Amino acid sequence: MPVRTEAVGKTYPPAVYAVGREKVKEFAAAVGETNPVHLDPEAARAAGYADVVAPPMFAVVYSAPVMAPAIFDPEIAINFATMVHGGQQFVWGPPVVAGDEITTTASVKEIYEKDGKGFYVFETVSANQRSETVCTATWTNIVRGV
Amino acid sequence: MPQLKAGETIPELRVTPDRYVTHRYAGASGDFNPIHIDEDFAKQVGLPGRILHGLWTMAQVARAQTDAAGGPERLRRLSVQFRGMGFPEQELTVTGTVREVAGEVAVVDTVAEQNGQQIIRNAEAELAVG
Repeated sequence: MPVRTEAVGKTYPPAVYAVGREKVKEFAAAVGETNPVHLDPEAARAAGYADVVAPPMFAVVYSAPVMAPAIFDPEIAINFATMVHGGQQFVWGPPVVAGDEITTTASVKEIYEKDGKGFYVFETVSANQRSETVCTATWTNIVRGV
Repeated sequence: MPQLKAGETIPELRVTPDRYVTHRYAGASGDFNPIHIDEDFAKQVGLPGRILHGLWTMAQVARAQTDAAGGPERLRRLSVQFRGMGFPEQELTVTGTVREVAGEVAVVDTVAEQNGQQIIRNAEAELAVG
């Protein structure tokens, strides 16, 4: 069954994520971050940040509310039984700290078939409350046997 | 801040994810795909057992870069390819070599290995070094 490419270019409604101090600490602990700027508000302030700093990979957390509806979009109809996360890129802007509100939009960048595999590439762009782009991400999912 | 020069390696990061790390990362990230947290489910779908979240492994690659560069803001870009599977309770090693330093950006080629197998490969990081 060939991949369905009608959704290329489709965008999804933005989602706003309020960055909380305890969530940043929880995420930092889960990925083994030991830098106190992620864990201790005093250390973060001493280093010049308004509050604890999200580790770069916290982009996963604030992007999730808009990425989930995108990859589950019935118009794209990804076969999850044989899907793997093939590749990922993040490009970061200014740091994200607790108290920020991050608005993320998602779009379908590419869908194509190669060597019997379907490639589904999504892009998310996340901006803070000052409209500064804090992260642009490219998410590549690969489905075997399309 | 640490000096990064072309041809030099970044400090190696070694970490052994404990038995429950996939559960904590599921809660922290919101990714509760049962292949990461349910041993029986993972085996039913043909995996040897629960596997690590690729993005958790990518976070270890990111940590190796921010540790090398001297802070979270210095990581400007990270691009990876996921290959194979990572498993809890087995040591993971992240290594990297500075390919070039152009202006105020160092480009690092980096990989994550477990049991001699690259589970993240062709990864490229850009670090602000100015």
